[in-house]
Amino acid sequence: MTSISAAEGTATLARGAVRPLAVVAFWVVVWQVSALVVGHEVLLASPAKVVARLGELSLTADFWATVWTSFARIAGGFVAASVLGVLGAALAATSRVVDALVTPALAAVRSTPVVSFIILVLIWVSSDQLALVISFLMVLPIIYTNVLEGIRHRDRALLEVADVFGVPRLRRLPAVDLPAVLPFFTAACRTGVGLAWKSGIAAEVIGLAEGSIGERLYEAKILLSSADLFAWTAVIIAVSFGVEKLLVTVLRRTERRLA
Amino acid sequence: MIALRGISHSFGADVVLDTVDLDLDQGRVTVLTGPNGCGKTTLSRFLLGLAVPDAGEVRGLEGRRRAAVFQENRLCEQLSAVGNVRLVLHRSVPSSAVAAELRRAGLTDTCLTKPVRDLSGGQRRRVAIVRAVMAEADLLVLDEPFTGLDTLGKVQVMTWVRERCAGRTTLLITHDLAEARWFGARVVTLARA
Repeated sequence: MTSISAAEGTATLARGAVRPLAVVAFWVVVWQVSALVVGHEVLLASPAKVVARLGELSLTADFWATVWTSFARIAGGFVAASVLGVLGAALAATSRVVDALVTPALAAVRSTPVVSFIILVLIWVSSDQLALVISFLMVLPIIYTNVLEGIRHRDRALLEVADVFGVPRLRRLPAVDLPAVLPFFTAACRTGVGLAWKSGIAAEVIGLAEGSIGERLYEAKILLSSADLFAWTAVIIAVSFGVEKLLVTVLRRTERRLA
Repeated sequence: MIALRGISHSFGADVVLDTVDLDLDQGRVTVLTGPNGCGKTTLSRFLLGLAVPDAGEVRGLEGRRRAAVFQENRLCEQLSAVGNVRLVLHRSVPSSAVAAELRRAGLTDTCLTKPVRDLSGGQRRRVAIVRAVMAEADLLVLDEPFTGLDTLGKVQVMTWVRERCAGRTTLLITHDLAEARWFGARVVTLARA
């Protein structure tokens, strides 16, 4: 039998925590060396410069207002896509007509380049709402497809049990449906959050949405400030990563409770 | 009375049932026996409304509530024994009543609250049996329900089922004619088509 001592366990934990930090440190060093080699702040800002700029920005109320504006729009699109994606998948699972009509349409949306949608939607809605609509359009097919797959992967034997015993729909949902569908929904959310942020910010840059992160990125380009560009990009990565981690943690806990 | 008339069914070119008639006496246990592959389980699926025969009709099922022990346990793995049984019962049935019946079927207190995936095969079989027997049903289908139980356990569970099934229309599918005698049931032997 294999046993792990307390000391070995602590060492394993420490290795687990140190490894990602070491990887980050390695790439920061590579970045710093590259910045020194390039030797021009406009072409490549150094990590120190970017951190300093991020510090400056975070001390202003405008910074937080900008982050909140983009967050609210992109999160709004994501939530709307999640709700509609789940409802659409539930409907498609019970209706062949809905499945036949909606599934190919969403597959087409999934394959369409995001810029095509941005330009098209910009004609229809104001730039303020563009990020919300675009993140919604990008996330909807992912949630729909994954949840539909999850619904189709439910245990047929248990569904028959529920049918024979006449278990009401509301009671079979947590016992039979959710344990099968939730892992698929979690996987969709993992992909969806990152995509929502990438497409949402691209929409803000192209649509020049006022008071948004996209607008700040555009200003950085106009002013040739790569420090600002890197600082705002770091903000996008951090918020997207944080939201994804939070969401996946909550969903995984729910999965464990149901599993 | 529930009656199956002229039931025929095929799986591709394989004819499983050929104009079969079967009557289930009201309030009594009917035992259905026969060699493997003769269509006993297929017939039971028609009674449970899970499949429709290629030909023939099932009479007397309208408005009847059904319950079953399937060949497999078909339990919600994440739920406890009590949770699995309560899932099919009316909300007014308390957990204590379910626990009492599970104990009578031979489950110990420690088995009642942990997820059924942590139970042994015999314990899980007991949960599936209690779930079907406790359900408010006018027709009970038991498809080889006592498979996997040890001799003592089988006697205990059969005694409990016989007591609880008294007066209920029940179809018991089995290869063991001793079970038929135990239930004092009418035996119907299905031949291979």
